[in-house]
Amino acid sequence: MKDNVTWTIGGEAGFGIMSSGTVLARTFARTGYHVFAVNDYPSLIRGGHNVVSVRIGSKPFYGMTKDLHILVALNAETVEIHKAQLNEGAYVLYDPKEKEWTAADFPKPVTLVPIPLRDIVSELHADVVMRNTVVLGASIACLGVPFEALFSVIHDQFIHKGQEVVDQNEKIARAGFDYVKTHFAALTDMHVSPGTVTEKQAIVNGSEAVGLGAVRAGLKFAAIYPMTPINALITFLADHAKEFGIVYKQPEDEIAGINMAIGASIAGARSMVATSGGGFSLMVEGLSLAGMVEAPLVIDLGMRAGPATGMPTYTEQGELLFTIYAGHGEFPRIILAPADAEEAYSLTATAFNLADRYQVPVFVLTDKYLNESQWCIPVSQLNQPVTIDRGKLLLSDTGAAEGQFQRYDADVENGVSARSVPGAKHGQYYANSYEHDGTGHVTDRADTRIAMTEKRRRKTKAIESGIMPPVYAGDEQADITLVTWGTTKGAVITAMETLRSQGKKVGVITYPWVYPFPVAETKKLFAAAKRIIDVEQNATGQLARLIMSETGTEITEKLLKFDGRPWLPEEIVSKLS
Amino acid sequence: MATLTAESYNTGFLPTWCPGCGDFGIWKSLQGAFAKLGIGPDDGMVVYGIGCHGNMYDWMRMYGFAGLHGRALPVAQGIKLANHTLPVVVVSGDGDCLGEGGNHFMHAAKRNPDLTVIIHDNQVYGLTTGQASPTAKPGFKTKSTPEGSTDSPVNPLALALVSGATFVARGFAGDMPGLTALMEQAMNHKGFAVLDVLQPCVTFDKVHTYQWYRQRLYKLDGTGYVPDNKLTALEKSMEWGDKIPLGVLYKEDRPTSEGLESALQGEPLIRLPLEPAHWDKLLNEFV
Repeated sequence: MKDNVTWTIGGEAGFGIMSSGTVLARTFARTGYHVFAVNDYPSLIRGGHNVVSVRIGSKPFYGMTKDLHILVALNAETVEIHKAQLNEGAYVLYDPKEKEWTAADFPKPVTLVPIPLRDIVSELHADVVMRNTVVLGASIACLGVPFEALFSVIHDQFIHKGQEVVDQNEKIARAGFDYVKTHFAALTDMHVSPGTVTEKQAIVNGSEAVGLGAVRAGLKFAAIYPMTPINALITFLADHAKEFGIVYKQPEDEIAGINMAIGASIAGARSMVATSGGGFSLMVEGLSLAGMVEAPLVIDLGMRAGPATGMPTYTEQGELLFTIYAGHGEFPRIILAPADAEEAYSLTATAFNLADRYQVPVFVLTDKYLNESQWCIPVSQLNQPVTIDRGKLLLSDTGAAEGQFQRYDADVENGVSARSVPGAKHGQYYANSYEHDGTGHVTDRADTRIAMTEKRRRKTKAIESGIMPPVYAGDEQADITLVTWGTTKGAVITAMETLRSQGKKVGVITYPWVYPFPVAETKKLFAAAKRIIDVEQNATGQLARLIMSETGTEITEKLLKFDGRPWLPEEIVSKLS
Repeated sequence: MATLTAESYNTGFLPTWCPGCGDFGIWKSLQGAFAKLGIGPDDGMVVYGIGCHGNMYDWMRMYGFAGLHGRALPVAQGIKLANHTLPVVVVSGDGDCLGEGGNHFMHAAKRNPDLTVIIHDNQVYGLTTGQASPTAKPGFKTKSTPEGSTDSPVNPLALALVSGATFVARGFAGDMPGLTALMEQAMNHKGFAVLDVLQPCVTFDKVHTYQWYRQRLYKLDGTGYVPDNKLTALEKSMEWGDKIPLGVLYKEDRPTSEGLESALQGEPLIRLPLEPAHWDKLLNEFV
């Protein structure tokens, strides 16, 4: 019996690797387990080596570790690539027709579980691609979970295609399950101890979490040009557009995307764009426009390994400083950085309120690891009430005198002036990219320029008063304080737990809200810290540089990883033990 | 509101265009068309590009969006999708719409949003003091082409036609009654209406003067031309030289991009409830 098992399936793109991961994750989430799934694949549609790993735990955990307990190899290459990572005693499920493996082929003792995958699918008159369903059944048997758990997921996945498709998939999965039960009945050491979660859990990837948060917050318009890693958000929004009264438009490029979203926002609809670094480079001009016309806008920026096209399907935290400084001219913005899908959901919903409240662009800074991993969220979390605050929005009649509506009233205390939408009576104004006066008329008068610049700057002050402070976890009197942001949090928290179990006093500071930077709170936390170490997924320590410029504190110790693969807790622990 | 006239849209600011600029005729024609169609200052939106044309908003009392150079069409499409009941007109120029925004023009035409785009077509960048625009004809000498333009010019009408625009017309800034009528037709058209307006730049172009145009322009109206055939229209769009046609070259009924959105079959997006219905059902998709 194990509390935690990591299962990995690998094969060529087109083998149904990705969907197997989702089905397995869902099976265990429904059975009361905590689950998490990550993928690793090159940027192509057929061929190449695709991998999905699912971690299953009877107790809560945060992210992946180096463990690999069950390897499902749909081709020989998968074994070659992963055999060195296998834990001692790991199971290797493979088809001997691909290659006959012996114990001597592996650096550590492993248990070989040969299954005639090709023969099984051909006996059942199924396509060779259905091998992934055979191994799902076989895996469930290895993990000691009743077949019904898998069947319920298969049923719900295929029932819209008809009972026959359900029956066929069931038959194929059961063949794999029965094969293991018959030929490897003695294998029980990978049985996972019973799940303890009693409530319903959703399995979502980070993009879907962003989409759920957006829909919950009243998103009405999105213009998103396809780009890895945010494509699942497009699928989610396009699939649900009719149901939720949303327009998703595929623009001709990211420049059009952000300008469409700004137009929809000025017209009164909650709007968003999503992209990765390269697409955001094209949006930068539009970002500055949003700043000038004070258009509420949510930007989901899914970071991936750059520069340029970089490694499109690999992760990085490389755009923190880019988002802070992007755009010509000076204007306020807010940057949020969720650590996981639950935060991606809640911070996206928050982002729409902040955008409307302060009439500024708000970033949700995600990454490939967050967007394309499958996370498990209690449904009750997604059912928490969400407040919608549209700020000073006048949809029908402003009550102003003819031609006198002061859309950009420079005298308002916090810099946030009421906005009308086109069509609203007595609300006529110009959303003007040129410097403008209160009604939006162009001006280059020095006094108006100063008043307008100060108006926009006062919004930053107002934003700062509602800042979300950094989160502290761990020992009160820590000898080591790890500082991180975004999705690196999972590995850092797990590393902290390991180090504490070794008797070290460790704390972690994370930033769900990165900008405007929480200066006072950071200074307070740093004052109590003895040894501060910055941990990031980039080559230059961007958070550390931000902290230096905002607080004057230089963090000299940095753990930086920039190989495109997310941090694992063991990697952090090994540098601090 | 009292009866609308062109004066209903005055702002108290006076135009800063050069005396005699073709922009005056386009501005007054647009005010006249809005008045005739009963679209008051609070009732519609004009999205302007950047260029001499774009300065029009300052003396046009009507909700306006003066955005970035080249980006008027995406902004207008976003506005239209958010509120498909709102009349939206794009005032753009040859550099704005066909240079910096060329890709947006092609894609807007293909989608067929219910917008009217008025292209101020004078072959030069006036606001930056006279460089060649995408429509500059070969041999045209400007500050950026001292030896004469060497490029083949963009043909706005032909480009609109092959890209999928459903209303394609040409007007002349020196013919306000004719231009006002064309604007009315363009705005009444349900779909992407492109109105290319020939206008002299009196400061940076000493060749294409009002007189130069008047000697060559003729109206398609009354010639028996029927604007219902794309190939004929394409042929007509290429007519340039001694005789230059004015009027509607092509008109077609095709569903608009808003009309094809399932979310836009009733109230506009901005009037729809924000709270998602069937939230539980949505969550069940992920369990």
